[in-house]
Amino acid sequence: MHTVLTAIVFLPLIGALVAGLLGTRVFKALGSDAEVYGEHHIQGSHHPHGDHDDHGHHGHYDGPKWPMYLTTLLLCIGALLSWYVFIGFLHEPQVEKVELLRWINSGALAANWTIRVDTLTAVMLVVVNTVSALVHIYSLGYMSHDEHQPRFFAYLSLFTFAMLMLVTADNLVQMFFGWEGVGLASYLLIGFWYTRDSANAAAMKAFIVNRVGDFGFALGIFGCFAVFQTVDFDTIFAAAPGVAGKPMHFLSWEPDTLTVLCLLLFMGAMGKSAQFLLHTWLPDAMEGPTPVSALIHAATMVTAGEFMVARLSPMFELAPDAKTVVVVIGAITAFFAATVGLVQNDIKRVIAYSTCSQLGYMFVALGVGAYGAGVFHLFTHAFFKALLFLGSGSVIHAMSGEQDMRKMGGLGPLIRVTFVMMIIGNLALTGFPFTAGYYSKDAIIESAWFTGWGFAYWLLLLAAFGTSFYSWRLAFMTFSGPPRADAKTMDHVHESPNIMLVPLYVLAVGALAAGFVFKDYFIGHEYKAFWGASIATGDVLHEIHEEGVIPALVKWSPAIAMVLGFALAWLFYIRDTALPARLAAQNEPLYKFLLNKWYFDEIYDVIFVRPAMWLGRVLWKKGDGMLIDGFGPDGVATAVSDVTRGVVRLQTGYLYHYAFAMMIGVAALISWFMFGGAH
Amino acid sequence: MSGWPILSVVTFLPLLGVLFILTVRGEDEGALRNIRWGAFWTTLVTFLLSLLIWVGFDPGAAGFQFVETHAWLGGAASYRLGVDGISMPFVILTTFLMPLCILASWHVTKRVKEYMIAFLVLETLMIGVFCALDMVLFYLFFEAGLIPMFLIIGIWGGPRRVYASFKFFLYTLLGSVLMLLAIIYMYWTGGSTDIAALLAKPAFTPEAQKWLWLAFFASFAVKMPMWPVHTWLPDAHVEAPTAGSVILAAILLKMGGYGFLRFSLPMFPDASLYFQDFVFALSVIAIVYTSLVALMQEDMKKLIAYSSVAHMGFVTMGIFSLNRQGIDGAMFQMISHGLVSGALFLCVGVVYDRLHTREIAAYGGLVKIMPLFAFTFMVFTMANVGLPGTSGFVGEFLSLMGAFEANSWVAFFATFGVILSAGYALWLYRRVVFGKLEKPALMHLPDMTPRELATLLPLIVLTIFFGAYPAPILDAFGPTVETIIKPLNEAAAHAHALAAASLQ
Repeated sequence: MHTVLTAIVFLPLIGALVAGLLGTRVFKALGSDAEVYGEHHIQGSHHPHGDHDDHGHHGHYDGPKWPMYLTTLLLCIGALLSWYVFIGFLHEPQVEKVELLRWINSGALAANWTIRVDTLTAVMLVVVNTVSALVHIYSLGYMSHDEHQPRFFAYLSLFTFAMLMLVTADNLVQMFFGWEGVGLASYLLIGFWYTRDSANAAAMKAFIVNRVGDFGFALGIFGCFAVFQTVDFDTIFAAAPGVAGKPMHFLSWEPDTLTVLCLLLFMGAMGKSAQFLLHTWLPDAMEGPTPVSALIHAATMVTAGEFMVARLSPMFELAPDAKTVVVVIGAITAFFAATVGLVQNDIKRVIAYSTCSQLGYMFVALGVGAYGAGVFHLFTHAFFKALLFLGSGSVIHAMSGEQDMRKMGGLGPLIRVTFVMMIIGNLALTGFPFTAGYYSKDAIIESAWFTGWGFAYWLLLLAAFGTSFYSWRLAFMTFSGPPRADAKTMDHVHESPNIMLVPLYVLAVGALAAGFVFKDYFIGHEYKAFWGASIATGDVLHEIHEEGVIPALVKWSPAIAMVLGFALAWLFYIRDTALPARLAAQNEPLYKFLLNKWYFDEIYDVIFVRPAMWLGRVLWKKGDGMLIDGFGPDGVATAVSDVTRGVVRLQTGYLYHYAFAMMIGVAALISWFMFGGAH
Repeated sequence: MSGWPILSVVTFLPLLGVLFILTVRGEDEGALRNIRWGAFWTTLVTFLLSLLIWVGFDPGAAGFQFVETHAWLGGAASYRLGVDGISMPFVILTTFLMPLCILASWHVTKRVKEYMIAFLVLETLMIGVFCALDMVLFYLFFEAGLIPMFLIIGIWGGPRRVYASFKFFLYTLLGSVLMLLAIIYMYWTGGSTDIAALLAKPAFTPEAQKWLWLAFFASFAVKMPMWPVHTWLPDAHVEAPTAGSVILAAILLKMGGYGFLRFSLPMFPDASLYFQDFVFALSVIAIVYTSLVALMQEDMKKLIAYSSVAHMGFVTMGIFSLNRQGIDGAMFQMISHGLVSGALFLCVGVVYDRLHTREIAAYGGLVKIMPLFAFTFMVFTMANVGLPGTSGFVGEFLSLMGAFEANSWVAFFATFGVILSAGYALWLYRRVVFGKLEKPALMHLPDMTPRELATLLPLIVLTIFFGAYPAPILDAFGPTVETIIKPLNEAAAHAHALAAASLQ
């Protein structure tokens, strides 16, 4: 078992290193000193890589194919092994630990490299490796013309490794390693097409906004160590009841220990999972290639926040105030993102906001104590959201790179398979009965209602309505109606190759069946045995399954919201296609508000980015330049300007003299001290 | 341990290389080759020999090892060398970086002979600082090290080298005069200049400690450099030749931190406790202030120099958290910063040698033609940002953790540095490496050469290795750090008891 687990985690790393270092042209074209320091007569000589085309993704690739096949093969092996482990856990949940290496040891602190696999991790292994393997396969087709594809596959595998380190962590510090590691991979992949300025900006934004979250995460780790003198999960969980309700000294206050720690750690989760206030990076992250969006910004990395809260659920259970915050943030995010999704025109951005919104659902589930439901939604969401993203990638592929839905339309008959796949994804996302989303999403909404969170219940319900509307809006604008693209693009529309369609089939099976097959384990009557001690199980899920606890109207409310959303989308985009424009014109302020994403980017620019830059410039020019240097060395120099002028004249040509004088000075001081002063 | 004086050999071996270089006559290509190879082999052999120190070093022991003692200066002082857990890593760091610096200077054409001599003399003086166990000897090495560095900036530097070398000199000498006075006072009252003896029984009254602490602080704070005496560093870096910047950032700055750990904390524990909040304040200002300033820099070297000041802020903060995690973190941060900032300056050197400008705006899109450079620069950018898995993370993380235990406000503000560092480092990377390759001057730049790769590859390997497995370094200084903390804890307990008594 240990070998299997180690292999699951490290196969992607091996793939990333081999493909990244040997498969790319990193080491292929070393320069020579003569070129650098010669007389520059070689300028203009032949350079095999000197020619420049602007868009990497429209280039040609004539390098070796093995890096792509190698990484994909290793990931497929990892995925199969993960399912093997997971199925074993279905029968017999347990905790496996593989100790690998010492890491940071300092006094009482012992943070070591360990692979820890329990039920929660096993679920994550399946999610991460399945989607990653499928995305690798899909990318073989999607990226087949890109001149940098070995680098792309190396990044994908590197990401997978970091994500696996995150979910198999046995302590907070290793989790932080994986956490920032996926951030690095996300940064590299969003900025994969580095000639685009917008991609570079988005990559930076993703990294920095995540760092804002990590600010809280890091402080949370320090706080945990200060309180518990350890960073190991099991030890913390064992000690947590002992400090429950007791205050700790933090900054200048004495707040409740576990509430502070949980909220600090949750700040990290908000960044990674793009929750309200720290969500701004996720839509921009769509600058990355579409397979990246599917893997990182839908199915896996962005769910790391959910994973963290689920992993730390024994702590959160003891901090009710922190749980309240989780619910409120989750509910607001679910609603907020759904409203913005209503009016976006970029096909990927619609799905991105949808992701953001669904992540909010998961947090609500975690916050009300229905941890199983939160993780279940994470699990099913991975299938249908990856399906939607890869499907939209197939649409974009067919449209020669076009992402604006206003320039699509009428694609249904032309790319029938993609069309069907997207419809399946929509059904699962909107919670059509018996699809995957139906089980997981309804469980969340019911849990919210059951625990007395009317606020969250209504926001989630409105979000469900919005979800249904924007999902079908996307489908109608893309696949039905008359084509709005030019004839040249339409002539070129073609179904994607099988290498891209097969992953869609697999995900479609998951989107349809994952809920039905696994619901008993995740949230049904076997859930306590299934989860074991890996998450705090609580009684919420148990109680909502009792007959008659949930009124029929509450039970059916998500379905009603779904039907209404569908009907409205049908009215707007099939029945009366002029209606949306009219409505937008009538309610222009509201429309602009939504279209501009509640103006978060603008606000942040004004209150954070510009002041930081202004302050930096002032501190540099005024602080360092005028104050410190002005009164310090420059001031001294001016005060003794005559001397200085003489010295400057002296030392420009006579540095040796100067150094010699220094040496004499030092020698004189020493000898005075030794032979004069010391006696 | 071994029968021969290994520390003396390692310290003075570079001078043997100087002798060899002095014998080389002529200015022709052959002579220059001899000089370069002579310097390179000297530093390489010094490094290999110094590895014996590491191998023979017993990490379990706390005291000084490889001690050598000879009478000197008529008994007033003595020639004493020895290393413990906090000095041994710096000796290795110094000897390790020197061959890389010589390699990086391969194409210096101005006064090659003097250049190499300056570097070799500097190496001896730097190793001496870390090995010296007598305060006079320490002071001698510490101050004399200024001279070759001053020359390196002043002769082989850029256009404003005179101003920069002046500023460098003015600041550093001013600080050290006060240190000299303190040393004299210590000799008068303590009766010895033997560092080991002073460590064994630090016997200064709390009042005297404060003055001594301040005197040493003046010198070390300038060296670190701490805010607000940091402004010499950006100028010195900008004007220094690449290898000079590497040494400056990687070794010379560490002498301040080393000094705090060698003298201030163990010899003046009460004063260290007394001034803790003062240093915290300066450190936090350094971290936030210089990170913001770094954000707006237009010159690559200046940006990295300001980022160095911010990283040294983490070091002083860690040291003065006065607990195990904080000091471990500060020590590790210093070693790691030696590797990473050195490498960053080498990276700047790579592009500077091609385009002869350090202006960020002159670059853009280099990844297209220089993928290996882009990769290398990415590794060190991430290490500079403190990404877990690189050596940069371990020190930053531990020093913040230590600070949190000491005072959560300090950790709170200092952690902003983690966000800001991502800002300035990634923005620099984006402007230099990413984007479209459009500037005509950049179109045909060759990628890194095998020589440049040879200087940077060892640093890449170590940065990642120590990020994943820092134990060899952490274990080396652990016991020594414990002995430094002990008197501090006693001082803290004492102060606490006093405060409690006065309340009653």
